[in-house]
Amino acid sequence: MALAVVIFALVIGSVIFHFASPWWFTDIISNWQSIDTTILITFWVTGTVFVVINAFMAYCVYKFRHRSGQKAAYEPENHKLEGWLSAITTVGVVLMLAPGLFVWADFVQPPEDATEFEVLGQQWQWNFRYPGADGKLGTADTEFVNEENPFGINPEDPNGQDDIIVNAPDMHLPVGKPVKALLRSNDVLHNYTIAQLRVKMDLVPGLTSYLWFEPEVTGRYDILCEELCGIGHFIMRGAIVIDTQEDFNTWIASQPTFAQTQQSAEPDIAAGQASYAVCSACHGANGEGNQALNSPKLAGLQDWYVERQLNHFKQGIRGGEGDVNGAAMIGMANMLVDDDAVRNMAAYISTFPDMPATPTIVEGDVENGFDIYDRNCAACHLDSGSGTWYTDAPKLAGMSDWYFVTQISNFRAGIRGLHAADPYGEQMVSMATAMSGLNEIQDVAAYLSTLR
Amino acid sequence: MAYVPLADQDNEADLHHPHSWVTKYVWSQDHKVIAIQYGGTAILVGIAALMLSLLMRMQLGFPETFDLIDPNAYYQSVTMHGMIMVVYMLTALLLGGFGNYMVPLMIGARDMVFPFLNMLSFWFYLASVLILMASFLVGGGPTGAGWTLYPPQATLAGTPGHDMGILLMLLSLGVFVVAFTMGGLNYVTTILQNRARGMTLMRMPLTVWGIFVATVLGLFAFPALLVSVIMMTFDTLLGTSFFMPAIIESGTALDHNGGSPVLFQHLFWFFGHPEVYIVALPAFGLVSDVLSTHARKNIFGYRMMVWAIIAIGGLSFIVWAHHMYVSGMNPYFGFFFATTTLIIAVPTALKVYNWVLTLWEGDIRLNAPMYFAIGFIFTFIHGGLTGLFLGNVVIDLPLSDTYFVVAHFHMVMGVSPVLVIFASLYHWYPKMSGRMYHEGLAKLHFWITFLGTYAIYLPMHYLGFLGVPRRYYALGQTDFIPESAQDLNAGITVAALIVGSAQILFFINILWSLRNGKKAEGNPWGAASLEWQTPDTPPVHGNWGKELPTVYRWAYDYSVPGAKEDFIPQNMADADVEMESKSN
Amino acid sequence: MGLFKQITDKPWERTGIIGGLRAEGTFSAPPEKVALVFFLVAASIVFSLFGVSYVIRMELPDWIPVSEPSQLWFNTALLVISSFLFQRAKTLISNGKKIVTSTFASGGVFAILFIAAQMVTWQNLQAQGLFMTSNPANSFYYLLTGLHALHILGGLWVWSKSLLRLLSGAAQEDLRLSIELCTVYWHFLLIVWIAVFAVLSNT
Repeated sequence: MALAVVIFALVIGSVIFHFASPWWFTDIISNWQSIDTTILITFWVTGTVFVVINAFMAYCVYKFRHRSGQKAAYEPENHKLEGWLSAITTVGVVLMLAPGLFVWADFVQPPEDATEFEVLGQQWQWNFRYPGADGKLGTADTEFVNEENPFGINPEDPNGQDDIIVNAPDMHLPVGKPVKALLRSNDVLHNYTIAQLRVKMDLVPGLTSYLWFEPEVTGRYDILCEELCGIGHFIMRGAIVIDTQEDFNTWIASQPTFAQTQQSAEPDIAAGQASYAVCSACHGANGEGNQALNSPKLAGLQDWYVERQLNHFKQGIRGGEGDVNGAAMIGMANMLVDDDAVRNMAAYISTFPDMPATPTIVEGDVENGFDIYDRNCAACHLDSGSGTWYTDAPKLAGMSDWYFVTQISNFRAGIRGLHAADPYGEQMVSMATAMSGLNEIQDVAAYLSTLR
Repeated sequence: MAYVPLADQDNEADLHHPHSWVTKYVWSQDHKVIAIQYGGTAILVGIAALMLSLLMRMQLGFPETFDLIDPNAYYQSVTMHGMIMVVYMLTALLLGGFGNYMVPLMIGARDMVFPFLNMLSFWFYLASVLILMASFLVGGGPTGAGWTLYPPQATLAGTPGHDMGILLMLLSLGVFVVAFTMGGLNYVTTILQNRARGMTLMRMPLTVWGIFVATVLGLFAFPALLVSVIMMTFDTLLGTSFFMPAIIESGTALDHNGGSPVLFQHLFWFFGHPEVYIVALPAFGLVSDVLSTHARKNIFGYRMMVWAIIAIGGLSFIVWAHHMYVSGMNPYFGFFFATTTLIIAVPTALKVYNWVLTLWEGDIRLNAPMYFAIGFIFTFIHGGLTGLFLGNVVIDLPLSDTYFVVAHFHMVMGVSPVLVIFASLYHWYPKMSGRMYHEGLAKLHFWITFLGTYAIYLPMHYLGFLGVPRRYYALGQTDFIPESAQDLNAGITVAALIVGSAQILFFINILWSLRNGKKAEGNPWGAASLEWQTPDTPPVHGNWGKELPTVYRWAYDYSVPGAKEDFIPQNMADADVEMESKSN
Repeated sequence: MGLFKQITDKPWERTGIIGGLRAEGTFSAPPEKVALVFFLVAASIVFSLFGVSYVIRMELPDWIPVSEPSQLWFNTALLVISSFLFQRAKTLISNGKKIVTSTFASGGVFAILFIAAQMVTWQNLQAQGLFMTSNPANSFYYLLTGLHALHILGGLWVWSKSLLRLLSGAAQEDLRLSIELCTVYWHFLLIVWIAVFAVLSNT
């Protein structure tokens, strides 16, 4: 009896939950309204079946519950009834499947006029490539991948020279134009998902997959990876910005071509040295750092990392609220007037002899530090702690351990890394939770000091 | 000399009777002891996997409050929870446990045809479990590649347990396949060759049909797992390139070239999809028998039920790529696999109709097993219908890899079979132990489990509609997931913790009742099928005493018009059936 | 009754004993043989799936076909002889002949020779610098031949057990089933080998 009532209540409750739920599909921004329609059809068919069968079952449980003197009927089968039920079910299935197949036929064949762009997924970030004036993407292969050419674009292919390279997790598209995304990966499986587009597809190393859509609403939307790709899966984020055509044109004009990324002029180390004079007061003549002045060691840091951080200070991405020492760096960094000055500085710093910093953390538990580091950090910063351009991970081994502690604490407190323009910092905000508090941060710092 | 089947020889003396405690309970060749060994081990690893899921839920529901696992441990938990539940818990419990216990009793045999092989099967299974558990102890810990173990990620730095963990997983799976094959050959051969006199195929209870077809599926599907395991091991240890294309690991190019990760996925799901039915079909069978017995009515449309089991089994081999709609395989495959997948809905729906129609005009005894069985119908309808979303290729585009998938397969492959397992354990407990369980406690267990799991999984579908991705350690910030989603997550976690801890009620019940339960009669539910007609309760070694049973009728003679009792045992001849007196 | 008829039977319409001592639908073969058939189907699926993987992998761009060593023809002959001898032993024992032991024994010996010959072939390949990882075709070559050899080793284990019992004077009648099963298994492995050989040498 209670069971019949509860089942009936669950049916009613589920229907109410459905209509009252604020959790539903996001507003669609692409041409794939037909997918939403298919979902709606399926929803109504299955919803009806759910209500009818369960209500009928609840009724049976109530009506035919045992009472004294009752005897069940003896009815082995009823072919006619079973036939009808099969027929009705088949009709329902066809009703759901047929529209689905038509929409799929649309999905597998991108329109002729769709412009192509490439999505490159790598552990754990997004990069994008657009064809240049020739409208063609150059060929690419894993064998060409290196620090200067993360896409692995074939340097011999003339089509690739004018390709627009976006080595950052933000991509733009013009509104109202059908596009075909070519999806590629050089390491593991990833999945290019923008919830508001409705379509998604895996990126598979060794082949190029695709999907197509036509963005219809301007705005900025998140790109998520939705195929498990390793420990950083959940921090592999990007953004797609749907622009008006003019805004898009402006944006794409400001991005470098492949050729440009390959032939930037040698940095002027002497100029960097001249600018460094100001820095040496705190960071030391050879970038050895000075804890008393809250200045970390610089020697040994990768030039691309120094460059990025200087730019972050210049643009106020670092050194915001709560970061007093970072704020001090803003003024300093702004003395470097342009990108070349920043590059020269980074190039000069990379000439410093790299002597390991003296450990200052004594109370850390090295073994626990190893455990945490090995499980969570080594995936990007490598076992040796040397970091790598591939995951945009700076060197940690032999750097100022006290600085490590401050920065991880800042990440955990949201002081660093939450700025909208600091996607790599945001990744660290999420990963820093691997250390539960100051003690564990010090453990990791102590372990890092053992790496030389 | 013509061959005489074991069933006819009936020389009980030939059976290998145990002489000591060790041969009786440890190196036992008795199918019932092996069943309990299998089932007990499966339940133990199942508890471990349940704990892992609760750890994950606490991280997801209250990331600030609980700091129990880091990202690494989260992915390891995801992987081990999935793999243990699907393979080492459900498959082992339903086939190794129930298959072993029920098959000989239900078909009227003394034991499996190859008792020694049966014993070996369990010890190989135990070895595979121990190897798997060992991966918790090695450096790097167990693999965190997701239960699907997709290459290249599974063996690359950047994935937890990419060194020893994954190798132990592959080895363990290999050993499991061997164990399953030994057990499976036994079930199939026993069902075909060792049925009691008069037990035609269509007189077998649906439990036996479900186990039979599931075992055949297993024998034909596990090879695909073995093949992918072997090739992946070669890729990892010997440096071949079956599945490994040219790839970069942490910025360094590896030596592999040209392999196909999608090929692995095809092989994996060629195993993985039938695996769903390896779990589901025995559950379908068991629940049919529980429903029929407690409704005091024959299962409605028995023949259709048998054909549906066979049809589902056959179709399950041509739907695998519906797990791969967004995998980057040739998208034209989508048409074929969406069609086959939705066709499979027809026989499955017929089964549901027939379960419900079994209740129609029944005389429903609402005992605890019946609660669980009816609860199963509800959850299975729910899980089956959401499957129609995911099977329809375009709807899979927005929903795949979101919590909708997680909610769907937990509903259909987690909650539903587990409800059947509880229904069956309570239903057959009197026969297995000779005692009755505590009815009130069992019903309390039902209410918390049934309502609790629905509270977990119904809202989870809506996280999926919203687009919340699965396998995320933390959601971080997104532009489309509102704050309220986190509240929902917290609610789900609370429900999960309640359901998880409520399972203790089950263990209290069966352990307490073992000593204190009311003594059970041989056939307390008045069931017609053969396993309730054994001379001893619980059945002893050899099952049938001196003489094997003879079968006179099908397994569902309930409430036969004219008969005095509302059931007629399968081994009762027409002449012995007591009829209602006419004067009445 | 045919299988189809059996599973369309309406079981509630007939009561009483159906069939003789043996339940309807039971195969007349001994259970060992039924189990073997299921095992062979499972094993064929393993080999077929490797075959399918081979064909799919073949279509990927880095595939380099390798010509199979002609020595394989010789190896094949050894396996054919082995299979023939098993068949002979089976016929002999069915007819109650006494000279079965030597035939049965030599059948196994030829299988051992086959494995030895396969190993020589491997060594020759390696001497030519064709290793497991040299190219995908070679990987498959080692994998498929190795797997086949493993199956033969499994068969030889059963063969050696039966042979020991034959030699220790067990009644031939008791061994008839073992010899029959070995023979079926050997024929199966011969067919698999021919299929493997055909796939390897035609690509």
